[in-house]
Amino acid sequence: MENELKLVAGAMVTLSLATAAMIVVPFLQLKDVPPPAALKTYTSEQLRGREVYIANGCIACHSQQPSSHGAGVADSRRGWGRASVAADYHYDTPPLMGTMRTGPDLFNIGVRQPSADWHLGHLFQPRAYAPGSSMPAYRFLFEIKSTESVAKGERVVSLPPGTVRPGEIVVARPQALDLVAYLQGMKHNYPVLGAEQVEAATHRLAAREVDAGGGKKGERDVAADRP
Amino acid sequence: MNPTGLLLATFVLSLVGLFAFIWSLRRGLFAEEASGARTIFSSGEVGLPEEPAGDARQHRELQSLANAANSAMPRQVSAEELHAREAADRSSAFPAFVLIACAVVWLVVASAAGLLASVKLHMPDLLTDQAWLSFGRVRTLHLNAVAYGWAPLGLLGIAIWTLPRLLKTPLRGGRLAVVGALLWNAGLVAGLGGIAIGINTGMEWLEIPWQVGLLFAVGGMLIGLPMAFMLQRRQVHHLYVSVWYTGAALFWFPTLYIVAKIPGIHFGVEQATMNWWFGHNVLGLFYTPLSLASIYYFLPKVIGRPVRSYNLSLLGFWTLAFFYGQVGAHHLIGGPVPEWLITLSIVQSVMMIIPVVAFSLNQHLTLKGHFGALRHSPTLRFIFFGAVMYTFASVQGSFEALRSVNAVTHFTHFTVAHAHLGMYGFVSMVIFGGVYFAMPRILDTPWPRPGLIALHFWLVVAGFTVYMVTLSIGGVLQGLALLDAARPFMDSVTVTQPWLKGRSLGGSLMTLGHLVFALHFVLITMRSGVLERTEALPLQAASAK
Repeated sequence: MENELKLVAGAMVTLSLATAAMIVVPFLQLKDVPPPAALKTYTSEQLRGREVYIANGCIACHSQQPSSHGAGVADSRRGWGRASVAADYHYDTPPLMGTMRTGPDLFNIGVRQPSADWHLGHLFQPRAYAPGSSMPAYRFLFEIKSTESVAKGERVVSLPPGTVRPGEIVVARPQALDLVAYLQGMKHNYPVLGAEQVEAATHRLAAREVDAGGGKKGERDVAADRP
Repeated sequence: MNPTGLLLATFVLSLVGLFAFIWSLRRGLFAEEASGARTIFSSGEVGLPEEPAGDARQHRELQSLANAANSAMPRQVSAEELHAREAADRSSAFPAFVLIACAVVWLVVASAAGLLASVKLHMPDLLTDQAWLSFGRVRTLHLNAVAYGWAPLGLLGIAIWTLPRLLKTPLRGGRLAVVGALLWNAGLVAGLGGIAIGINTGMEWLEIPWQVGLLFAVGGMLIGLPMAFMLQRRQVHHLYVSVWYTGAALFWFPTLYIVAKIPGIHFGVEQATMNWWFGHNVLGLFYTPLSLASIYYFLPKVIGRPVRSYNLSLLGFWTLAFFYGQVGAHHLIGGPVPEWLITLSIVQSVMMIIPVVAFSLNQHLTLKGHFGALRHSPTLRFIFFGAVMYTFASVQGSFEALRSVNAVTHFTHFTVAHAHLGMYGFVSMVIFGGVYFAMPRILDTPWPRPGLIALHFWLVVAGFTVYMVTLSIGGVLQGLALLDAARPFMDSVTVTQPWLKGRSLGGSLMTLGHLVFALHFVLITMRSGVLERTEALPLQAASAK
């Protein structure tokens, strides 16, 4: 190659093709997808909690994308919820879909663990709730105080006995409360398919059960039907 | 028309276009050694190995190997041409030194952060009282210190140093590159500090917010400008393969970064596809081409033999440019993104086998008959190791993108191991090799302790092997546990624990190797006396303008 213009032009054309395929077309395809009617907007407390989630890199271990196929084939049976669809992320900028499951998927953690006490205690010391857990203890989101020094209005965390020394008490900092509000709000268990789509999917599933050999094909068709 | 048909038609059409384009650039169908490959040698220099990192004995051994392989005895290079190269080396010395020195600092920072993150995965109650030392932040610090510190600064340092040699003209705009490097470092310090105190955009590989990212964009452009200046003044007719890769990468990176960072455009799931468009392309269209450029320069140079096939180089370059750009969505397999996009990415991931085989075959043919040089050249050891790991990483990546394999590996530590096969086994090892080659020329003094180079090599090779084996096994076991709904989730945590400890052991050995490397870097800098004459250096750089 002797011509630097040909080099640069060629390089930019190949990148433009990639950009068109991976950004422009998805942009056009998804920009008018409406939010599901049942999807709640975040409260300010939850939005602050979402920032805490991001700031502490929770995404490094937790996904937010239950699925029904591929690596997510066991998700619904683990109680992690239905497969997520693009519209579920309508209010998420950016979506925190994640790439790792060192910990479980959290897209429906608010359904599985509705209790604020559980979340606060688990954040303070995960191993007091899930023996063998490798989740870090988020001590810095809490204050350890002596029983008598707790001020009025402070959120005292109720912990399993033995988690802190006798006479000590754990108080949640505002960040911990925001984070828990966000986690409690993670509920994506509303239906996302319209009546027609449900019927079509049911037909496909029935056909798939009859035609045992075509299982893989059926799976893909259902996936393609997602809005 | 159905989407599958449309996708297939587009794919076939673009492939035809791509190969027509490559055809238009070819030279003689199976001609070995077209003139382009000799660009990096002066006339009469083929058959003369260059290995600045080697000692006298190693030079003798390399030369005798080259003599044995070349029936024609090498001739002498004219003093004039050697002077020209010396002038080229002098012109790039200061900017290259600044970039590489910063890279070494970030390597040490990144290693410390990476090792701590690794240990925390099996000691979750370690250092939990400070937010900035928590796992999520330390891991992010590690990633960013590598992705925006060690790898780009190291690669750009080597690129700035090789470009004057490749174009046979002194570096122009060296001071711009130095200013660019300082801006870049300022951005990185701000970005890492931000991550430590919790300022994070929430997208992997793009955690640093755009306000700070501007410094990368401006700094990167300033570092890239000398290339544009030099291309216009070049003394060679033919652009060598390394120039293709370097030149394209210097245009690709700013485009990727700026598109990814435009505020207020990206939304919802589209932001996720953009995230992985960037995340994979910064690997495929920035680190990879810059590293391949280094291999294409140093490997032939050390053995004194031009790259064998021009057409394979051409095929490798353009197919990489075409296929690599579209593979990113394989990070979202099973996710809530348009299905056609995932299929496209899987197809292109598999197509990546073409550029990888073209590259590997070319390097193998070049090195054929010269494998003995591996015993005598410190540079070549690192470079060759990196080249082999590129092949492994890329082929592994192609298979990992297949839905069946992906189902097991997708959300597991296997992906982390794969990332290190690419960023460490390939990219980092190539940077080490390039630094060992370039530094003695930059500072005009040999490495003070050749034994430390060998120690570095064996420490990181041993550590890396332990790292890869343990983490890959742990990842597969984790994936199998995750797929089996009958097993509780906690199984997938418990099963990885011994392997994560193994990874920490491997990581410790690698970190130890990096400390040896950094120490040696300090030693050669002190020995060169450059610290005593810092006053003179900016003048030297200025006189090159």
